[in-house]
Amino acid sequence: MTPWPFVIAAYAATFASTAGLVLWAWRSMRSAEALADSLKRRP
Amino acid sequence: MHGYANPARFLKLARPATGWFLGLGLALLFAGVIGGLFVTPPDYLQGETVLILYVHVPAAWLGMGGWAGIAAASLAQIVWRHPLAAVAGRALAPAGATFAAICLATGSIWGRPTWGTWWEWDGRLTSMLILFFLYLGYIALASAERERGGDGRMAALFGLVGAVNLPIIHYSVLWWRTLHQGQSISVTGGSSIAPELLWPLPLTLLGFSFLFGAAVLMRMRAELAIAKAEARLRRSASE
Repeated sequence: MTPWPFVIAAYAATFASTAGLVLWAWRSMRSAEALADSLKRRP
Repeated sequence: MHGYANPARFLKLARPATGWFLGLGLALLFAGVIGGLFVTPPDYLQGETVLILYVHVPAAWLGMGGWAGIAAASLAQIVWRHPLAAVAGRALAPAGATFAAICLATGSIWGRPTWGTWWEWDGRLTSMLILFFLYLGYIALASAERERGGDGRMAALFGLVGAVNLPIIHYSVLWWRTLHQGQSISVTGGSSIAPELLWPLPLTLLGFSFLFGAAVLMRMRAELAIAKAEARLRRSASE
């Protein structure tokens, strides 16, 4: 059995999931902090 | 720990730490992956499939480490009523669930060429799958509690009870000798993996750990910002 398709699939699944987690966390942080800042500036 | 019970004090530390964690995580991961994929020799028995080690083992450790963090946060919430403990628990859960899922997926992919099967109801695999479902249960419970304005004590109790699964995962390869290999690396007993194959593993482990930490810090910052915005909206509605 050729090993490379399995190695590539494992690395692709890992990096896609990790990047998805980090991007989701970053976007939720940015939007939540922007909302809190906009409410702070509101008179 | 109580010194950082104040969210403002915590945020003062978390804001610069987020960028550092992201940068260090990416740099260490890059070094570990390049070393693992292009420098290490193939294993005498498994050939190149052994390269899955550098992503599978960190994912397993972080999947378990995430729940250990939830259990510690739950204890801090129940015993000391630490104000950031529930926030930390809710922030740890998605990151831990992601790494538990990565561990299951990469283990399954590794199992096909090595064992000849994608899945087996073996002690280690089954207890890891249970951990993944525990994460999903914790996320659902903590979200429901937060939406109803609860203090998160139910989720904290669930976090503590769920920690029972951690020693089961750890000792599963000793209690039930089935398909999954026994422990290869231990803190006290060293490693049975050849040093020329082992050295990239600490790099990828640290790299993924920093990225895990960055994701948790970002989720905690998001939760605190949402709480602040909700408090402001409540105040302006009552005026």
